[in-house]
Amino acid sequence: MNTSPSRQNVFLRFFRRLASPKYFYDFAGVWIPWLGTLALLLFLIALYGGLLITPPDYQQGDSVRIMYVHVPSAWMSLFIYVFMFFNAIISLIWRIKLSDIMANVSAPIGAAFTFLALFTGAMWGKPMWGAYWVWDARLTSEAILLFLYAGIIALNFAIEDRQTAAKATAILIIVGVVNIPIIHYSVEWWNTLHQGPTITKLDKPSITMDMLWPLLVMTLAFKFYFFTNLLMRARLELIRREKQSQWVNELLR
Amino acid sequence: MKPRQQRMWFVAIIFSGIALATVLVLLSLGENMMYFYSPSQISKGEVPRDAVIRVGGLVVNDSVVHDDKNLGVRFKLTDTANTITVYYHGILPDLFREGQGIVAIGEIDAAGQMKANEVLAKHDENYMPPEVADALKTAAEGGSMPIPDSHTHK
Repeated sequence: MNTSPSRQNVFLRFFRRLASPKYFYDFAGVWIPWLGTLALLLFLIALYGGLLITPPDYQQGDSVRIMYVHVPSAWMSLFIYVFMFFNAIISLIWRIKLSDIMANVSAPIGAAFTFLALFTGAMWGKPMWGAYWVWDARLTSEAILLFLYAGIIALNFAIEDRQTAAKATAILIIVGVVNIPIIHYSVEWWNTLHQGPTITKLDKPSITMDMLWPLLVMTLAFKFYFFTNLLMRARLELIRREKQSQWVNELLR
Repeated sequence: MKPRQQRMWFVAIIFSGIALATVLVLLSLGENMMYFYSPSQISKGEVPRDAVIRVGGLVVNDSVVHDDKNLGVRFKLTDTANTITVYYHGILPDLFREGQGIVAIGEIDAAGQMKANEVLAKHDENYMPPEVADALKTAAEGGSMPIPDSHTHK
């Protein structure tokens, strides 16, 4: 323990307070409307930009507009899993209940984004590639991610005892994280039908600015949507678990 | 050792165990993770005969010959080192064109040509509006940079 907790522990103190149920509940309640409004605004801007302002692609024509939903969804499917991974580690080692809640309520949102990425990909694949689905490394590893999310959700609901469920899901999440680099690098390690990275490769992105910006705005919108949805689900889960405690009883009176 | 440290070791050990197992599995799968063979692998005989395989490459310029009466088409596929002739009967995807990367699925016949049952187009990672593509093309052909809004093609 540090003897002078005043200065350098500002962040630690913030997180320690955040881990207390009552404080988190109020904190989330304040942030939800702001994050939600921001998410909706950015979503509308990105959708308008992607569907109406941006030019069609020189080869794909208007089908390129699917990318404005497909790519941010795919990024979110990976981002949410990594977020769950860190929460699983904290939940397993430090036994922070809020991290367990965060890890488990994220899973359905992650599954939804994974489904969206696979679905929009299939819609684009048929006219462009000539097939809805192929078993290449990128598509297969992303499909495994969807099943992984489903497995985590199922495991969480299958175990009655909360402490056992927290441990089991945390271990499954940690084990499953090996799939994340495989998804990301699949297009570089192996021959795949799916194209290589456009934005995340180190030299300059192979996309012009007027087509890139709605993609980035949509990515931000999805991030804000995720945190809004996460806080709402976490709040609900929190009062469900703490329904015996005094602060919840006072809240519901 | 404190319980928390024990749990840290526990997490570190399962994580590195799983990571090691995955790396070994992926290394042993090796070639089998590849979605398609290249024309060079076919000419070297590294490809199973009498089996449905996938071959990927670029469609050679001016090699596409359409049948006048039906949907038959014949073209050459290259990986710049070796070339293979592919024939196919059916509807080609939107992105199929000369110079474009494609994947053909089918069997190699006795003459060493490929009879494709399915042709998939492989999209590259470049996105740009048509005007930019035209400008790049003109610049590559040694022409002067075009004025963006004038759509005067030769």
